[in-house]
Amino acid sequence: MTTEPAQAGWRFKAPSVIPGFGLTLGFSLAYLTLIILIPLTGLVWRSASLGWTDFWAIATDRRTVKALEISFGTALIAAAVNVVFGTIVAWVLVRYRFPGRRVIDAMVDLPFALPTAVAGIALTTLYASKGWIGSLLAPLGIKVAYTPLGIVIALIFIGLPFVVRTVQPIIEEIDKEVEEAAATLGASRFQTITRILFPGLAPAIVTGFALAFARGVGEYGSVIFIAGNMPYVSEIAPLLIVIKLEEYNYAAATAIATIMLVISFVMLLVINLLQSWSRKRYG
Amino acid sequence: MAEIIETSSSRARENRASAINESRATRWVLMALAFGFLAIFLLSPLVLVFAEAFKRGIEPYTEALVDRDTVAAIRLTLLVAAISVPLNLVFGVAAAWAIAKFEFKGKAFLITLIDLPFSVSPVISGLVYVLLFGASSVLGPWLKSYGIEILFAVPGIVLATVFVTFPFVARELIPLMQEQGTGDEEAALSLGANGWQAFWYVTLPNIKWGLLYGVLLCNARAMGEFGAVSVVSGHIRGLTNTMPLHVEILYNEYNAVGAFAVASLLAGLALVTLVLKTILEIRFGHAIAGSRGH
Repeated sequence: MTTEPAQAGWRFKAPSVIPGFGLTLGFSLAYLTLIILIPLTGLVWRSASLGWTDFWAIATDRRTVKALEISFGTALIAAAVNVVFGTIVAWVLVRYRFPGRRVIDAMVDLPFALPTAVAGIALTTLYASKGWIGSLLAPLGIKVAYTPLGIVIALIFIGLPFVVRTVQPIIEEIDKEVEEAAATLGASRFQTITRILFPGLAPAIVTGFALAFARGVGEYGSVIFIAGNMPYVSEIAPLLIVIKLEEYNYAAATAIATIMLVISFVMLLVINLLQSWSRKRYG
Repeated sequence: MAEIIETSSSRARENRASAINESRATRWVLMALAFGFLAIFLLSPLVLVFAEAFKRGIEPYTEALVDRDTVAAIRLTLLVAAISVPLNLVFGVAAAWAIAKFEFKGKAFLITLIDLPFSVSPVISGLVYVLLFGASSVLGPWLKSYGIEILFAVPGIVLATVFVTFPFVARELIPLMQEQGTGDEEAALSLGANGWQAFWYVTLPNIKWGLLYGVLLCNARAMGEFGAVSVVSGHIRGLTNTMPLHVEILYNEYNAVGAFAVASLLAGLALVTLVLKTILEIRFGHAIAGSRGH
């Protein structure tokens, strides 16, 4: 019986008695390539064949810049709101006992399960000037539907479960003894939360923020109904892509899509770095 | 004596509780904030869908649902889900088998690629197929010369739906199967089972609840997808209109009852999904890895 040394040259796959590696990996790669990689490569290739001057002209077009600003700006605000309320919701769900907790916990996933178009028309009707909530805000001079504020509302709806579902398991894992130790050492409850608990939750909160933000930037269905879609005011980047497509302006649609992908990718990279930094700093 | 111990221990428990819990007032404020937020942002849209659908009574509601275009939209949505969910189910099982049961180079990169559709805007998911099969592409006119229509037809809608729901089953199964390891399959193989038998009689029973969970989420998204499908569908009433697209058309025609009637079916689907999901989590939580977090 020979035991092979671990460094017996480079090998793609560790030896195993289980069959089916070639079949399953081969099928997975083929399917992945056909459904995801070829179409996405096509987008990048199309964009590259535009040429730099054309690409730059589309990228710096005022309407494009405004749409990108609105998409990223509203997603940022919505994700920030979700971080605050999502963390509170997660805390209440884990730490407090009250009747109907299980139902409310399940409800948090509603935005995952409810089709975005349904959310879109429901939110628009709610916040229109004659709607249940809109009619309460109208006397205060606050208009939500058909304004950028409406976009933020839709993105808060869409992003909430991302924050709750990333923060919740971390709160569940917190060792109560840590809190007890802090309390016996004379920390007030407020100090325990801000100095002991919050740093432990920070990486999860950052992750939740990133997920909610990334989803918000690309969101289309729930936003287009409530946004009003005024160019330069409440027109989001995904909608601008659709408009360019409907005008058969494939070049512009491709360019805007590529810019969106690149910015999202860079931001997720930055957030990943931030996360590993906060893990090192607090973890 | 016993009484004294009991009271002192309960007092001790109270002290301990107050040291590691928020004050009663803080607790009430936090709960009020959480419930208020959820009521405004989650509950009210859901209630509104049903309230608007039944605003003029039962009859206009049922009339809207038996409308010919609505029925066509429902059938198309069911058809698209019936094709795309099984495709992603087979892929999810195959990918999870390769990733969880074997060690190979580039595994982390492969998992990242599988997650890719989640970080792409739905509109872009549709756009990539327009570029691939559209009139200005190489592939589109060539396929058309053989009478095969992809874009603005059912195949395009299926492709866009498959793209958007691609990761659901795989990312549910990968952590679950990684956690379960390879011991069970190795035992089956050493007892003389072949690969398929090991999969059918050992692996599949181990992963069935996780699989069901993934399929449930995949199906909800497949039936509800709007952005990607909207880009490739062409919005032809009665032909390439799925339920979410039909909601949009009715809403834009100021047919609120019709739009919310179709929307109420989709909301009902969402509620059923949530209930089944919760039941799976409560009853088989241990058998569903990654049941929290998406």
